[in-house]
Amino acid sequence: MSNILETPSDRLLEAVRSLLTAKGHMTTEDIAERIRITDGGSPAQGARMVARAWTDPDYKALMLRDGTMAAEAMAIPMRGLPPLGVLEDTDEVHNLVVCTLCSCYPRAVLGYPPFWFKSAAYRARAVRDPRGLLGEWGTVLPDGMKLRVVDSTADYRWMVLPRRPTGTEGWSAEQLAAIVREGDMIGVTLPAIG
Amino acid sequence: MFAPGTQVRVKNDWPELRGPCHIRTPHYVRGETGVVVRHLGDFPNPEDLAFARPAAVRPLYHVRFDPKPFWPEGAAPDELVIEIFDHWLEAA
Amino acid sequence: MKDELPRALKEDAPRAMHDMGGVTKFMCDPVDTEPHALNDFDKEVDAIRQLLGMKKLMSVDEMRRAIEAIPEDQYLRMSYYQRWMRSITDNMLAKGIFTEAELRAALEQV
Repeated sequence: MSNILETPSDRLLEAVRSLLTAKGHMTTEDIAERIRITDGGSPAQGARMVARAWTDPDYKALMLRDGTMAAEAMAIPMRGLPPLGVLEDTDEVHNLVVCTLCSCYPRAVLGYPPFWFKSAAYRARAVRDPRGLLGEWGTVLPDGMKLRVVDSTADYRWMVLPRRPTGTEGWSAEQLAAIVREGDMIGVTLPAIG
Repeated sequence: MFAPGTQVRVKNDWPELRGPCHIRTPHYVRGETGVVVRHLGDFPNPEDLAFARPAAVRPLYHVRFDPKPFWPEGAAPDELVIEIFDHWLEAA
Repeated sequence: MKDELPRALKEDAPRAMHDMGGVTKFMCDPVDTEPHALNDFDKEVDAIRQLLGMKKLMSVDEMRRAIEAIPEDQYLRMSYYQRWMRSITDNMLAKGIFTEAELRAALEQV
């Protein structure tokens, strides 16, 4: 008998969905609602946190102490999700996040993990040649900057609090949030103006 | 429990050789020595959760390594920080 | 019981296939940095995984374990969410949420 697990996955989905709904484990409405909620998570959430941390020292202190509470303070739902840790970039240290074992990602604040984050190339190279890896994004760290790689192997999820770019003095939190991208909060890129 | 700053060695153990398993300690850090950054909290052991077995709650640490010696090219980061469970660590 | 290996042999360590940190054969692979939007299949599989977790029918670690059990040649050929779908199915069968006969019958209807 052929291995049923090797059935084309779109057919498996149809069959498994029909069994799970027929047996009362979930409804198609549950699935649709879950998709809607998950689509609501996006890098814009994390960007709001970063922008507030750049403009509010008390919030920044909270964010570094307890990322989960800091997310909840921005009305981002965290209940039942893994704890969020925040890694602070400074003048001396740049942080880069990877999950070499799978694709652990701070989904509540950044949304679905991007394609590259899940790839074998990213997972292999981040721990062994991170500066070469950053070159894929054209990212070059200043001379003498220490590079810390965080391998997200277990129960936490990690995001980076990048450095605020120069030239943004006097900007509002909304203006600042608009320049913070997904990659800036994983450490593959640096926030830049324009 | 390990206090921050404690030197620890990751067990040089390969459960992969003993049959089906689910391990959250990357292969590249087994047998290596690092320093405990901090205790992150206590979590059910994923090695048991993966098989729906009763899972004891275990301390989880952030451990910092100098990974330059891990690979020959010298391109590794200045430091590598990894989440590692208590039962994978021994005082070094 | 412990199975010790010297560092020099790590290149040949009996690592599991998903344990990819620093693995030489991927070191020269380029990274596709372009955005890839998820399709309807991807989003639905993701949603079903979340619901199974919330209903305590399958933990994240159970799902990972069954992904890690996919033979490497197939693993590397499959998309991310194709692996998830296979793992979900594997787990549902193993846990008796539905039987293989039921799954075969449901596949007949697709």
